[in-house]
Amino acid sequence: MSSDQVSSEKLPVTVLTGYLGAGKTTLLNRILSEPHGKKYAVIVNEFGEIGIDNELVVGADEEVFEMNNGCICCTVRGDLIRIIEGLMRRKGKFDAIIVETTGLADPAPVAQTFFVDENVGRKTRLDAVVTVADAKWLKDRLKDAPEAKNQIAFADVILLNKIDRVTPAELREVEARIRAINPYAKLHKTERSQIALSEILGRNAFDLDRILDIEPEFLNTGDGHDHDHDHGHDHGHDHHHDHGGLKHYHDEDMQSVSLNTDKPLSPDKFFPWVQKLVAEDGPAILRCKGILNFKDDPDRFVFQGVHMILDGDHQRAWKDGEKRNSRLVFIGRNLPEEKIRSGFETCVA
Amino acid sequence: MADTPTNAAPNTPSVVERTRAIAAGAPVVAAHFLGRTAALVLGEEAVLLVPDKGDEQRIALHGGGILSAATDGITVVTGGDDGKVFSTDAKGERRLVATDSKRRWIDQVAAGSDGMVAWSAGKTAFVQSGKGEPKSLDVPSTVGGLAFAPKGVRLAVAHYNGVTLWFPNAQAAPEVLEWKGSHHHVAFSANGQFLVTAMQEPTLHGWRVVDAKHMRMSGYSARVRSFGWTVGGKWLATSGSEQLVLWPFQGKDGPMGKQPKMFAAFAVRVTAVACHPKQEVVAVGYADGTVLLVRIDDGAEVLGKKPGAGPVAALGWDSAGTLLAFGTEAGEAGVIDLG
Ligand SMILES: [Zn+2]
Repeated sequence: MSSDQVSSEKLPVTVLTGYLGAGKTTLLNRILSEPHGKKYAVIVNEFGEIGIDNELVVGADEEVFEMNNGCICCTVRGDLIRIIEGLMRRKGKFDAIIVETTGLADPAPVAQTFFVDENVGRKTRLDAVVTVADAKWLKDRLKDAPEAKNQIAFADVILLNKIDRVTPAELREVEARIRAINPYAKLHKTERSQIALSEILGRNAFDLDRILDIEPEFLNTGDGHDHDHDHGHDHGHDHHHDHGGLKHYHDEDMQSVSLNTDKPLSPDKFFPWVQKLVAEDGPAILRCKGILNFKDDPDRFVFQGVHMILDGDHQRAWKDGEKRNSRLVFIGRNLPEEKIRSGFETCVA
Repeated sequence: MADTPTNAAPNTPSVVERTRAIAAGAPVVAAHFLGRTAALVLGEEAVLLVPDKGDEQRIALHGGGILSAATDGITVVTGGDDGKVFSTDAKGERRLVATDSKRRWIDQVAAGSDGMVAWSAGKTAFVQSGKGEPKSLDVPSTVGGLAFAPKGVRLAVAHYNGVTLWFPNAQAAPEVLEWKGSHHHVAFSANGQFLVTAMQEPTLHGWRVVDAKHMRMSGYSARVRSFGWTVGGKWLATSGSEQLVLWPFQGKDGPMGKQPKMFAAFAVRVTAVACHPKQEVVAVGYADGTVLLVRIDDGAEVLGKKPGAGPVAALGWDSAGTLLAFGTEAGEAGVIDLG
């Protein structure tokens, strides 16, 4: 549609979450003060904590609004819609937007705002959800704060911060806890939120074109580890042995379900199934992603979702010699795993 | 899509040649008339005054984005992300109405009778009449829209889950019209009997003010960003669909149980509407930059502006109904003289 023509230069939006004291403010101050040649508009919550007087720093109220369908998971951030519309008046004065959420915030309403509000979606795009976690305290927060668990489960990028405050054994333990909840996020270990900004900004994690592979991140070897700022601990060594030496935890209420099949799927079976699944179990499903191999379709079909909202498209042709299979992952709370698995099996063409 | 008209039909009569084109140089967010002078409110910093005879004048106002604008026909009131509220007249005389003490964004403004001005910052609405200190009212969530009732000193403050009706000069507790959901732009009908809000969902919600009876107007493909009543209040003209949607407000029940009239269907959405002050004619702006004038009687269309670079964001008539100002998100602007 021609009304979408202005969308070619959508501004990227990074959502920065993390429990109180994890190092979010330190990271934000670095983004605002370091000479990286870019200008960020920052939507902050605890207004005043940012020690920088900047006209592009805007205070927000975290107003979570339910949509009219009355469903508990169908929520948006009302204040964000208003602020992003206001910031767009100053388009051209900044390169990207960062949304800081409070330690108690659920990232889903923020993410859903970009899919639900047509005007926000026309002018901006969600880039990634980045979660800062405290290496020393995260384990406790995962026990007593459901918000902290949500933020880990939802993340595209996790900064496991303050690693200088824990022993290597404690670090492995907390990493295993994170992986039990979210095996798919990119994980960086940092001190004082020291990280190359390119590792957290401009990730395109919500871009359908970037859904290239769905493999648990901790099984990936090689690339990426040079960014981890290891500071001499034995991370790389562990990986060499047994996939990180990570104990295999199962979080009691948050988990991921991954599905895989070489049999081509029927789009006429798959779409009704996945739509019914998110309509019924959307409140439990935090995020989902998939690469699909449909029968008689030369193209890969990719999709992603947040709770009940699904977004999908043909991505590109399957390459010669490329293994044609379908892979899906669901991350959520008390997922009905058997229902998901058996339902998926009925989608085979 | 190739067969769908994205333009008015080729034989549509046109008033395009009567346009005085204006180089706004910035996105236009509102168009009002102060007498026969058009006030084009820009997305940042300034208002462009375009007298019907003579040169344009750029009046610098805000140190940043302009978030809202309203008019009483004499001045244009603007609210900015610099925390300031200005009132500017046709000569370009500007008056600083208020500066927010915490330099918060001025999200909404409204202009009432006798120079009364209302504005909001976050969850607080303010009203200033005369020279006194402004009065303020806190509502439960961020103000989404403000509107003065046509008679008397009464302000509608839209927010999450409803609208608060406030008499700033009276001791009485404000009255709340409730409806679940997030309410944005709000307006009273000219007779004051109806109040309508545009919601976050693609629907309008209305109340009959006397008994708070609800009216729901739905079926839009996008959030309704622009609406207004035709002269005499018979029709509510609305954006948000791929055609002009008009809800009947002739009866005392408003549009309840009735179907809307629809005109001027396009492949792209209606983004702005402005009702003619004397006749049942609506200026309709589209996402592709087209402006059409539509006569409600018979649906006759006249082309006001050809498609352009951006969606039509602003439309406004002068009080005589002979001048129509328009502006787009891409900074195209003009005044059409129909006199
Ligand atoms: Zn829901």
